[in-house]
Amino acid sequence: MRNPLADKVVNIKPSGIRKFFDIVSEMKDVVSLGVGEPDFDTPWHIRDEGIYSLEKGRTFYTSNAGLKELKTEICNYLKRKMNLSYDADREVVVTVGGSEAIDISLRAMINPGEEVLIPQPSYVSYEPCAILADAVPVIIELKAENEFRLTKDELLAHITDKTKVLILPFPNNPTGGIMERGDLEAIAEVIVEKDIFVISDEIYSELTYNGERHVSIAELPGMWERTIVINGFSKAYAMTGWRLGYACGPVSIIEEMIKIHQFAIMCAPTTSQYAAVAALRDGDEDVAEMREAYNQRRRYLMHAFREMELDCFEPFGAFYVFPCIRAFGMTSEAFATRFLAEEKVAVVPGTAFGDCGEGFLRISYAYSLDNLKIAIDRLGAFVERLREEK
Amino acid sequence: MREKILTIIEKNSRIDIGELAVLLGIEEIDVVNEMAAMKDEGIICGYHTLIDWDKTEIDKVSALIEVRVTPKRGQGYESIAERIYKYPEVNAVYLISGAYDLLVTLEGKSLKEVSKFVSDKLATLDSVLSTATHFILKKYKDHGTIMTKKYEDKRELITP
Repeated sequence: MRNPLADKVVNIKPSGIRKFFDIVSEMKDVVSLGVGEPDFDTPWHIRDEGIYSLEKGRTFYTSNAGLKELKTEICNYLKRKMNLSYDADREVVVTVGGSEAIDISLRAMINPGEEVLIPQPSYVSYEPCAILADAVPVIIELKAENEFRLTKDELLAHITDKTKVLILPFPNNPTGGIMERGDLEAIAEVIVEKDIFVISDEIYSELTYNGERHVSIAELPGMWERTIVINGFSKAYAMTGWRLGYACGPVSIIEEMIKIHQFAIMCAPTTSQYAAVAALRDGDEDVAEMREAYNQRRRYLMHAFREMELDCFEPFGAFYVFPCIRAFGMTSEAFATRFLAEEKVAVVPGTAFGDCGEGFLRISYAYSLDNLKIAIDRLGAFVERLREEK
Repeated sequence: MREKILTIIEKNSRIDIGELAVLLGIEEIDVVNEMAAMKDEGIICGYHTLIDWDKTEIDKVSALIEVRVTPKRGQGYESIAERIYKYPEVNAVYLISGAYDLLVTLEGKSLKEVSKFVSDKLATLDSVLSTATHFILKKYKDHGTIMTKKYEDKRELITP
């Protein structure tokens, strides 16, 4: 029989997280700090709206790009939060999570051999999605000393005449790093000058703790027309399982994305779309409450790290901290594996998010304080033991 | 800052002051001062423990009693409310808008004890026109806490 598989797919490395997941799931009574989704349930009024839509028999496809009502609310939201203007009829597509938006935006924009700049450490999907879109992924290794922000020099150093798209993953999973207005202005200049495009994954935009609102790169002069803004409901409204996100951008790009979306997906789940309307209309307070809870946990972890003298820059976004464990002379994977075996706490090695994550751990604080305290006590004991061994 | 302190201690009054300061990103001394001030001002009135008595061997019955009263001239509802809340078995007294005037919650050892209190003490008060007693059969949720179910993390252990 012939080989039924496509080389392109076979050659994609399996996710580093998957490997760790397999070890963890074999163990009992593990305290996990390894989850990349909110611990909160979806607020009840949002769930209720989903249930109501089912009761009303709204069980059919929506239009390809999404419910008109939802697209309008998305536009209102982006206007209200970031002063971004989009035409609900032509410049928005509702997708199956932010993930689909990443996939179809790359597929719509890339010709074979064109380069996509991917800052790392970052979410695990960008590189495989770029490969599947026939792009050449070019990794930009972000640095702890810059708080894992993307600098103008780093960007310039990786641009070639084949560079087409920059993926901008901020607030960042796994580092918790953010890009503030000044940081964005510095790179926007380069982007406009070099005539490249941006796919800005802003799924964590509601979760920033620097006292200022998140700034989208699309707000900056000359950037709206060359940016696809990706966002969604998973992180802000604790709606991961509803699988709902969206992309906004210039009609020329969105139109082509809708083409892929309509043939591959048809439309995003109808029930989720109705629930999401309620989230955008009446969800601001829920988001504020969850943000405050995350922020308290973040402060608790940073305080605990200082107490145990574990090196960690203060992250101001998402719900992750990214401590450095180089002082212990172990790889991230060795550290995480031993920590799991000896203390039964699961954290994700930084290398799961790119080679430059070596020397770091991703610790999620999408957990109750009680849970975090147990884990931190164990981390303290473990770190103490490692220091004694040396 | 007050609102944030109150929001936390309303859910967890036993939280350590040092921890409270860490969570809010402020100095411990500021928390101490703010809490003392709020106590003085009568904003923080007490600290209670949320108990699910149903899980103990101890018999307790709670009831909500709707009370219709005739307010006293010159005193409104104050004096009748005071006559009711002075009974130690009365947990709470609220002035309510709508079909009746006062909502009284109380606890007793048995249905009989509660009924006796209502018929002997409450219903016989001069200003009381009528009472309607509702016994609580089960507490699903109290003070924002769901009593019937324990939190269970339904997520996968590791996700990207």
